[in-house]
Amino acid sequence: MASSIPVSVPAELPAAESPAVRGGAGARRTRRLVIAGGCFVVALTLIAVAAPWLAPQDPLRQTLRGRLGKPTLAAADGKAHLLGTDHLGRDVLSRVIFGTRVSLTVGFAAVLVGGILGASLGILAGYRGGFADSVVMTVADAQLAFPFILLAIGIIGVLGPSFPTLIVVIGLSGWVGYARVLRSQVLVLRSREFVDAIHALGGSAGRVILRHILPNVLSSLVVVATLELARAIVLEATLSFLGLGIQPPTPSWGVMVQEGREYLDSAWWISTFPGVVLMLTSLVVSRTGDWLRDLLDPTLRGE
Amino acid sequence: MRGVIGFLAAKLLRALVAVWLVTTVVFVVMRLSGDPVPLLLPPDAPTSEMERVRRELGLDRPLPVQYLKFVGNALRGDFGRSIHFREPAWSVVMDRLPATLELGLTAFGLALVVAVPIGMLSAIKRNSPVDQAAMGVALIGQSAPTFFLGILFILTLSLWAGWFPTSGRGSWDHLVLPALTLGAFSMASIARLTRSAVLDVLRQDFVRTARAKGLPEVAVVMKHTLKNAALPVVTITGLQFGTLLGGAVVTETIFAWPGIGRLAIQSIANRDYAVVQCTVFLSAILFIVLNFAIDLFYGVLDPRVRPR
Repeated sequence: MASSIPVSVPAELPAAESPAVRGGAGARRTRRLVIAGGCFVVALTLIAVAAPWLAPQDPLRQTLRGRLGKPTLAAADGKAHLLGTDHLGRDVLSRVIFGTRVSLTVGFAAVLVGGILGASLGILAGYRGGFADSVVMTVADAQLAFPFILLAIGIIGVLGPSFPTLIVVIGLSGWVGYARVLRSQVLVLRSREFVDAIHALGGSAGRVILRHILPNVLSSLVVVATLELARAIVLEATLSFLGLGIQPPTPSWGVMVQEGREYLDSAWWISTFPGVVLMLTSLVVSRTGDWLRDLLDPTLRGE
Repeated sequence: MRGVIGFLAAKLLRALVAVWLVTTVVFVVMRLSGDPVPLLLPPDAPTSEMERVRRELGLDRPLPVQYLKFVGNALRGDFGRSIHFREPAWSVVMDRLPATLELGLTAFGLALVVAVPIGMLSAIKRNSPVDQAAMGVALIGQSAPTFFLGILFILTLSLWAGWFPTSGRGSWDHLVLPALTLGAFSMASIARLTRSAVLDVLRQDFVRTARAKGLPEVAVVMKHTLKNAALPVVTITGLQFGTLLGGAVVTETIFAWPGIGRLAIQSIANRDYAVVQCTVFLSAILFIVLNFAIDLFYGVLDPRVRPR
């Protein structure tokens, strides 16, 4: 992937060379798909922000007489429960809507934590090389070589589940992706003449990194961050499902699937709807990452 | 010969560094959790008793000494006693390892047996409806959360269709749904990888020659393509087997499968840290040994990666 970064105008040229763009119609299709995926994420964010106005009912209000109600337009209490009610009589649709908040907050925060850490270490490793590079890459390999969920379980199990712990653990699980991609790109950029020129003119390393390297690796950063967002959302739901993430009664998709598990036989809708929304979100966001990669930076395909 | 030994030594060193890192993280996390002594004793135990237990466990020693002792004990398989099961943590974990291995191997086998033929078929009939359907399902399988797949399988195949039991370990039909759930992600990845590996080989010159000879497409694929496409598939497949270990935690919890993944989750609930520690450590070792074996196997398969 190193040699594929052209000598001049590095941010634009890889895209111009990508098969997707050369294909004309194919590129337009990919671009449209990326826009559609972006709209999905924006829509999800709007739903999360506007949850109190969108949700037909209070997601925490229990109505014990209306427990395990089927999806219906007119329940016994005179209200519509489009996706049914759960084992405590709470409206499933309202809880799914509020669950968007948890998923996106944890997802974006974890991407931020992992992205900042991974990008810094990746740039450090690529720019400094030598010992720093060896240390960062050895730790990265060790982490990649280990099913992280086990470590996450160990850490959360001991520290106790909480919102910040969850964000830090999920963020830490993702830094390797950024670090590896950025390291290899910085390695190439650093050896280019303009870096020497800036140094010769008295520019500091910090200036080179902030003004010249960061803008050049931004598109790769966006691709990795999108793929990581999908992973973070699924990991949050998984940990919450296992009882190690978000704690009830806060509505989180993972918690909802877990709560509905005992009632699968009598009330399939409690687990199924939040699960389907989670699955859809994961699919769309990760596909958007793939399309974005095809569009912006096809050299990342091998990762 | 010296090159081969150097190659193995470098791999082994990497594996050891990884084990050491994981062990250290586990130790640090355990110490961060605070004093375990109040957990071990009744709440009204006198301070002198607490001091005695603390001394017995070596918790009054300086941290570096504790760390060395921990590493030494871990190397001998001594992780302390489980407060819940009242026996050594090591034997508690070892008792449940066979169930996890049984589930993992079945899931892995199932993934291979289903995914490789599908991937080949997709490559041969590329862009046909069959290919598109198979790859569409594979994409969904790759991004679907394991725990929800498990729930979906229980709901549809067990509760609605009544084909399989919902949970537990017993006859072979107990194994089907957990293995399917655990193997789904690997199955999807291996199918997509096999397709692209076969397509890569089909583009090569010797395949054109084989076709020019007038060989039927099936023979071209079976005789000339398969062997060459096997390499990338083996590598990724090996890595997949490792990720199965992580997925086992979720799958075992859903299907009440009595393996080490479920044990880990239960031990966290019981605050049985010795068992948690031992499970994490053992999984790390298993995973790293496995990767090491795959590296060796890869060297056997592909003479090009062997150093001269």
